Amino acid sequence: MNRLDNCFKALKEANKKALIPFITAGDPNKDFTLSCMHSMVEAGADIIELGVPFSDPMADGPVIQKASERALEGGMSLKGVIAIVKRFRETDQTTPVVLMGYLNPIEFMGYDAFAKAAANVGVDGALTVDIPPEESDELLAAYEKYDLSAIFLLSPTSNNIRIKKIADVAKGYIYYVSLKGVTGAGHLELDEVQKKVNEIKQITSLPLAIGFGVKNAEIAANIAKIGDAVVVGSALINCITDHSGDEEQGQQAISDLLHSMRNSMDTAV
Amino acid sequence: MPITNNDKQSAVKDYNFPDERGHFGPYGGIFVAETLMESIEELNKAYAKFMQDPDFLAELDADLQDYVGRPSPVYHAQRLSNEVGGAQIYLKREDLNHTGAHKINNTVGQALLAKRMGKTRIIAETGAGQHGVATATVAARLGLECVVYMGAEDIQRQSPNVYRMKLLGAKVVAVTSGSQTLKDALNEALRDWVTNIDNTYYIIGTVAGPHPYPAMVRDFQTIIGREGREQMLTKTDKLPDALVACVGGGSNAIGLFHPFIADESVAIYGVEAAGLGVETGKHSAPLCAGKPGVLHGNRTYLMADENGEIIETHSISAGLDYPGVGPEHSWLKDIGRAEYVNINDDEALAAFHQLTRVEGIIPALESSHAVAYATKLAKTMRKDQSILVCLSGRGDKDIFTIAKIEGIEL
Repeated sequence: MNRLDNCFKALKEANKKALIPFITAGDPNKDFTLSCMHSMVEAGADIIELGVPFSDPMADGPVIQKASERALEGGMSLKGVIAIVKRFRETDQTTPVVLMGYLNPIEFMGYDAFAKAAANVGVDGALTVDIPPEESDELLAAYEKYDLSAIFLLSPTSNNIRIKKIADVAKGYIYYVSLKGVTGAGHLELDEVQKKVNEIKQITSLPLAIGFGVKNAEIAANIAKIGDAVVVGSALINCITDHSGDEEQGQQAISDLLHSMRNSMDTAV
Repeated sequence: MPITNNDKQSAVKDYNFPDERGHFGPYGGIFVAETLMESIEELNKAYAKFMQDPDFLAELDADLQDYVGRPSPVYHAQRLSNEVGGAQIYLKREDLNHTGAHKINNTVGQALLAKRMGKTRIIAETGAGQHGVATATVAARLGLECVVYMGAEDIQRQSPNVYRMKLLGAKVVAVTSGSQTLKDALNEALRDWVTNIDNTYYIIGTVAGPHPYPAMVRDFQTIIGREGREQMLTKTDKLPDALVACVGGGSNAIGLFHPFIADESVAIYGVEAAGLGVETGKHSAPLCAGKPGVLHGNRTYLMADENGEIIETHSISAGLDYPGVGPEHSWLKDIGRAEYVNINDDEALAAFHQLTRVEGIIPALESSHAVAYATKLAKTMRKDQSILVCLSGRGDKDIFTIAKIEGIEL
């Protein structure tokens, strides 16, 4: 069994929900990212989503767009992200790591080359925002070959046919985008999220992570009651920019926010 | 999979693309986030339904005639042909359309579709501003709210069009992310669409984006080639020997080319912007110098670095300043049905002046690329041969840019 499945199994046995922080790799530099991955685990993260910066992040709001721009200015690339995970695995062999990004860098590297390189260094899954299951056959075959989990998104507008289509090919967990919009947007309607999650749960038994719009511990606790995992991204990146120029402070702010989310999630469930 | 000569021949002979999922060979498709899939499916259904609906088509035809001013003439540029020497150059005068370019053929069609779908809000991206103006125009006419995304850099170099859009009641949003040009405006429009999916229709201005856009925009633009084919037969009793059109995203080009694909005697040339020269890297010529990848919802030739990050493009013409290209052009290139060439800033500028001076027609800088290549090509052909050039837009919007380049204060 791979790290992702193990992680969700262990959490279920402990009656806990997964906390999944997202940061953009290389924002503001690769050493910060590596150090932050470790400190996020200490602060209570169960799985890490590492953003692969892309020049045209169409599904992201301004916070993650700017993070991508900073990372690219610092020379980060898909290969660079894989190198960070390699270093992370030198001291952490248990925390699952998922890469999240867009298709074009993977197209340019080649599906097989990417899946092989990622799996080799201990990447557990990949979420590629702009490839729906209809276009995924070749990519999924490469993931299958190297035992990389394909993580997919579901959205409030996904109908039952699409939910089924995605559930059929998804591995590890499914990421439910909790609102109509881009990352970091608006505010969540918990009743709506609950209703849609119920629908999805009828169709799939895969763990459901919920993200987009998780800004603080209170929202994280509410989401933890509904889903199997809580994803927090833009709020963490804001910690970095709020302490721009002082990386230690930024990292501490991320840890503090994750701590508070962990505590309220564990109390709520 | 490599494409064999047999594949190429059969692809041209029985040309019927895209397939039902929007593929032109390996190109096109639907590469968007799940958050957009429902809207795209809704659009696909509406597009398929209304393109078969006689009422819709009659309304479209009436608008093209009475509002756009179609058919646009084909004009024999005799003085230009004589000055150049060689083939006879004919211009398909899309510059004479309402709003001054071919863009309105598409916006009229998509806006009617939006109205039938019950959408009350229209969004668009724009580069040179022609598509933005054409969208704001139809939105004004139909009483729809209109928001146009435009790169901050393009707003600087196309200020007359920005003002026109505002006069028409559109809100123009400056996009300051990335390279602040057309591609970033497209990203921002997609983000808006995802957020306001219930009431908003996104009018993409070119034959790019996820399926059905490349096919739908093409279908609305093929009026150029359908008319042009009839007009050339009437004027010259034969088909033209060659077609020439500029290619940014490639909507005017596909509109001209598509009705001629099965006519094997007709050579097809798409002209990309070489900017400062393809060899300098500062250009907008993905078909000439890029490689296939995925951007803005489809697989196509792109300009990207070795890591797959999209790189900044350059062209004197804002409308050609785009790192991708419509997926059907990628396919026409691979099957060898069209040849893609390039013209640099200086050559385009020279053609701009030549056409203006010799024929009294001020072409858009985009279209000047096509004119420039046509004059090169004509020299290699006989006097009894003909070239049909898509004069996709008029140059009024560009006079400030050109004056600035030439150090003239207006």
